[in-house]
Amino acid sequence: MSAREEVLARVRAALADGAAPPPVSRGYRTADRPPDLAGEALLELLVERLVDYRALVRRSSTAEVAAAVVAALGERGARRVVVPEGILPAGLDHLGAGIELVGDDPPLTPAQLDGLDGVLTGCAVAIAETGTIVLDGGTGQGRRALSLVPDYHLVVVTAAQVVAGVPEAVARLDPTRPQTWISGPSATSDIELDRVEGVHGPRTLEVIVCS
Amino acid sequence: MTRPVFLGMPTAPPGVGHLRGRRPFPEAAQAALGDAQLRRNLAKATGTIRAKRALVVGELPDWAELRAAGAALKDQVLANLDGYLVQLEEQVTARGGVVHWAGDANEANRIVAGLVEAAGAREVVKVKSMATQEIGLNEALAAAGIAAWETDLAELIVQLGHDSPSHILVPAIHRNRAEIREIFLREMGAVGLPAPPDLTDEPRALAEAARLHLRRKFLEAEVAVSGANFAVAETGTLAVVESEGNGRMCLTLPRVLITVMGIEKLVPTWRDLEVFLQLLPRSSTGERMNPYTSMWTGVHPGDGPQEFHLVLLDNGRTATLADPQGRSALRCIRCSACLNVCPVYERAGGHAYGSVYPGPIGAVLSPQLTGVEDNASLPYASTLCGACYDVCPVAIDIPQMLVHLRSRVVEAKREHGRLPSAEQAVMASAAYVMASPARWTAALRAARLGRLLGGRRRRISALPPPLSAWTGTRDVPLPPTRPFRDWWSRRERARRKQR
Repeated sequence: MSAREEVLARVRAALADGAAPPPVSRGYRTADRPPDLAGEALLELLVERLVDYRALVRRSSTAEVAAAVVAALGERGARRVVVPEGILPAGLDHLGAGIELVGDDPPLTPAQLDGLDGVLTGCAVAIAETGTIVLDGGTGQGRRALSLVPDYHLVVVTAAQVVAGVPEAVARLDPTRPQTWISGPSATSDIELDRVEGVHGPRTLEVIVCS
Repeated sequence: MTRPVFLGMPTAPPGVGHLRGRRPFPEAAQAALGDAQLRRNLAKATGTIRAKRALVVGELPDWAELRAAGAALKDQVLANLDGYLVQLEEQVTARGGVVHWAGDANEANRIVAGLVEAAGAREVVKVKSMATQEIGLNEALAAAGIAAWETDLAELIVQLGHDSPSHILVPAIHRNRAEIREIFLREMGAVGLPAPPDLTDEPRALAEAARLHLRRKFLEAEVAVSGANFAVAETGTLAVVESEGNGRMCLTLPRVLITVMGIEKLVPTWRDLEVFLQLLPRSSTGERMNPYTSMWTGVHPGDGPQEFHLVLLDNGRTATLADPQGRSALRCIRCSACLNVCPVYERAGGHAYGSVYPGPIGAVLSPQLTGVEDNASLPYASTLCGACYDVCPVAIDIPQMLVHLRSRVVEAKREHGRLPSAEQAVMASAAYVMASPARWTAALRAARLGRLLGGRRRRISALPPPLSAWTGTRDVPLPPTRPFRDWWSRRERARRKQR
């Protein structure tokens, strides 16, 4: 008997008592019954939660988002930045101001990514209650290595991408896409449970919330 | 008495992995209790994390409903585990992954070593994973001439210190900053980039040293080995939650990814992650969300590893599943909240449990994975205070299960033909006496005679064998002058007369 048949046979034998567990009750706040939060209050909660987990946050109007990006990169001193294909909103792919936007075609090696000053991406969805940004490799987000290897990650979030809680985000996302859920910069509490921001992932996460 | 069905189901084999201690719990705990530094580290760490957890759990108005849904979803998985495993296999395979099945630790280790060799690699980077610690994968790879680099900061501290983990979430909880600095200075140079000679014991400086030490290993690694927090049967999606980004590095940069996962880690549908991605981080690190969660489904062309292997591990899980009163231990999502609230864990530390699964969950899980004979002292490593059940995000009734496992330990000893222990003798006579109201009342009255043994200290400090096993370590309080049952029946008689 193969290991597969063996394990499955053991599982079936183990369940021979035929106990049927009760059905699952979803009494929690689901995507159909989300927290009562919208508009400016929703964005403010996102900003508060991002700041609480030590992300840098800027607010911007949609029209001025390119200027906000230039300002953020300028303050950081980031001159060579990788930008995935199709970044939105319009205007973000031609920044000028002495900033070199590096494309990922042909794909950059990890060592090349390591040599850049940062990465600029959009996102798929953002969760206000947990201060989470989700990337799913869609337009303007690139493959996973792009938002991982450079030490500085600048994300543009638009108001329409923001949801209140986790269930709404799960409902919007496609599980067959590669996903990275990001809540603040990389961190560790492994030494005496003292939180240190910045280990292997980008040590600085900056978010521009535009509306 | 009918023979329980779980007898005969293969358990995790001895001689491989880390599920059995060299010493019974009381003996190991005795040593830990003498270590003042360890007790200080533990008290500080568990106290901090308890407070953080309470705060973020309190923020959610629907925590109780999420917890009930989490428990019910896991029970659904367990009751239909064969179907969900086959569904997961179909989905992972359809999306370009390869699924392997391992009946025990030895099979899993052979599979992983074979895959690394087939990839032509002599080293792997590893994401922190309980399953690979459980099966002793690092040792098995070393025996095959393959170096495995732990990349989680705490696991790195443990590996460089030639030490073993003592907590599920923060494996180096028993080490303080000064000890960690010494380990880094002494050991890093032997296996890669040395620590800077002027390294301080600031956590920030220590984390920076780890970042530099591991950076090149990440950028050049060909093969990564991970565990998994969740696997979605419906879609074949795997999820790993973490904080540092070492997980993302391992799951994204290497060409080949090998994931070793216990067969109980499934959730039925994609939607169900909406429950567990709220329960896990708040229970585990006390955060609203952990910094990074990676999810992948098979192979994603042009993004991440282009070869993906999933190793499904039994290693005593089906033996656990076979006990209807013990199987809910398999709901566990390895958050470690029960460790942080446990008065026994806080004092004894993780090493005393002798297994990679310490604390209350370890006390119910390890004996079931190995068979209770091999971890017979663990079901007793608890005061049954119930704090572990209160914080468990999937509502595992650990205290009740501990009592059940204690009876299995007693049962197993009898099956092995050993002479009845003092405990068995006492339990057997207690059962005889308590089965009849007349015998029970008589016994309580007889106990009054015990007062004569008490003397002026009003404590009994030495009983004859076999009861001396109890009084060897503690006194027995004197029985009351009048048993409650006597008092009650007299009071009732008096009231009836008054009417």
